[in-house]
Amino acid sequence: MTGQTIVLAAETPFPPTVEDFYLPSLFTGGGVWFTKITLLLWLSVAILIVYFLVSYRNPQLVPTKRQWLAESIYGFVRNNIAVDMIGKEGVRFAPYLTTLFSFIFLMNLWSIVPFAQVSPNAHIAFPIVLALISYVLFIYLGFKKHGRGYLKFALVPPAPWFILPILVPIEFFSNFVVRPFSLAVRLFANMFAGHMLLLVFTLGGFAMIQSNLLLAPISVLSWLMTIALTFLDFAVIALQAYVFTVLTASYIQGSLAEGH
Amino acid sequence: MLLAEVVGSTAAIGYGLAAIGPGIGVGLIFAAYIQSTARQPESARITQPFMWIGFAVVEVLALLAIAFGFIWQGTLS
Repeated sequence: MTGQTIVLAAETPFPPTVEDFYLPSLFTGGGVWFTKITLLLWLSVAILIVYFLVSYRNPQLVPTKRQWLAESIYGFVRNNIAVDMIGKEGVRFAPYLTTLFSFIFLMNLWSIVPFAQVSPNAHIAFPIVLALISYVLFIYLGFKKHGRGYLKFALVPPAPWFILPILVPIEFFSNFVVRPFSLAVRLFANMFAGHMLLLVFTLGGFAMIQSNLLLAPISVLSWLMTIALTFLDFAVIALQAYVFTVLTASYIQGSLAEGH
Repeated sequence: MLLAEVVGSTAAIGYGLAAIGPGIGVGLIFAAYIQSTARQPESARITQPFMWIGFAVVEVLALLAIAFGFIWQGTLS
């Protein structure tokens, strides 16, 4: 962006750039890999494991509040995502989909939690791994169900023979290339863009004050916009976790479907 | 001979153009959902998952534009 000037007015770097996503190491002796992102990732995994373990410690027939909440999360994913999308066989995948949903939701949630303020999913590595797991899962399921006929099932739609030369490459591209790519990029870009938006309005408020004190009311407007965007960000967080899980369930259903 | 000279980032222009399609697309999705719910309110629960899936799939194009804007930074002249 050589056309833009970066206002370095007494240490408010504005506008925010991609460099703002490369965070420094947390401890001086900790090694360059131990950043806030790493800490948030470990926290997410720990919180998930501990929460679900503790909630199901002494399961009662009449559930306690904590058990009810954990069961509601699992029930929501099992009923509204797994069974709705895949059918009766969906119950087999409900544990994986619940873990996927809660993990992505928790990882995204750090984006609006104070002191954390950035989601590890804003680094594309984590969505890539999650998308790869779903990708390998639905391809493996396809091969297990259809054997070697899976490629014919996935790539050759019921269409007249003379347009198959166009359709088969399109189907290949759409099923085996675009699906994992879009799963990963959708999650990454939502978190990236959300964080950038919050950065722009927050840092913009500070930069405006530092350049001209009369702009202080506009700065307050900018910060109010940040608060409004935080609520929008919460909606996006929940939606992206839901959509990732629903799309994974839909791809699994596509692999397990009977022949055309 | 230069008739008009534009300097700066073409990524910004590119993103502005790229946001037209998904904007219209998302509007169409929600318009369809609202209309179908107005005609037959019982169908709202059934069609809601499809609304969210469709919204996410269309939105991904706009978000790809945000991400690619940083990858493909270019300047005129």
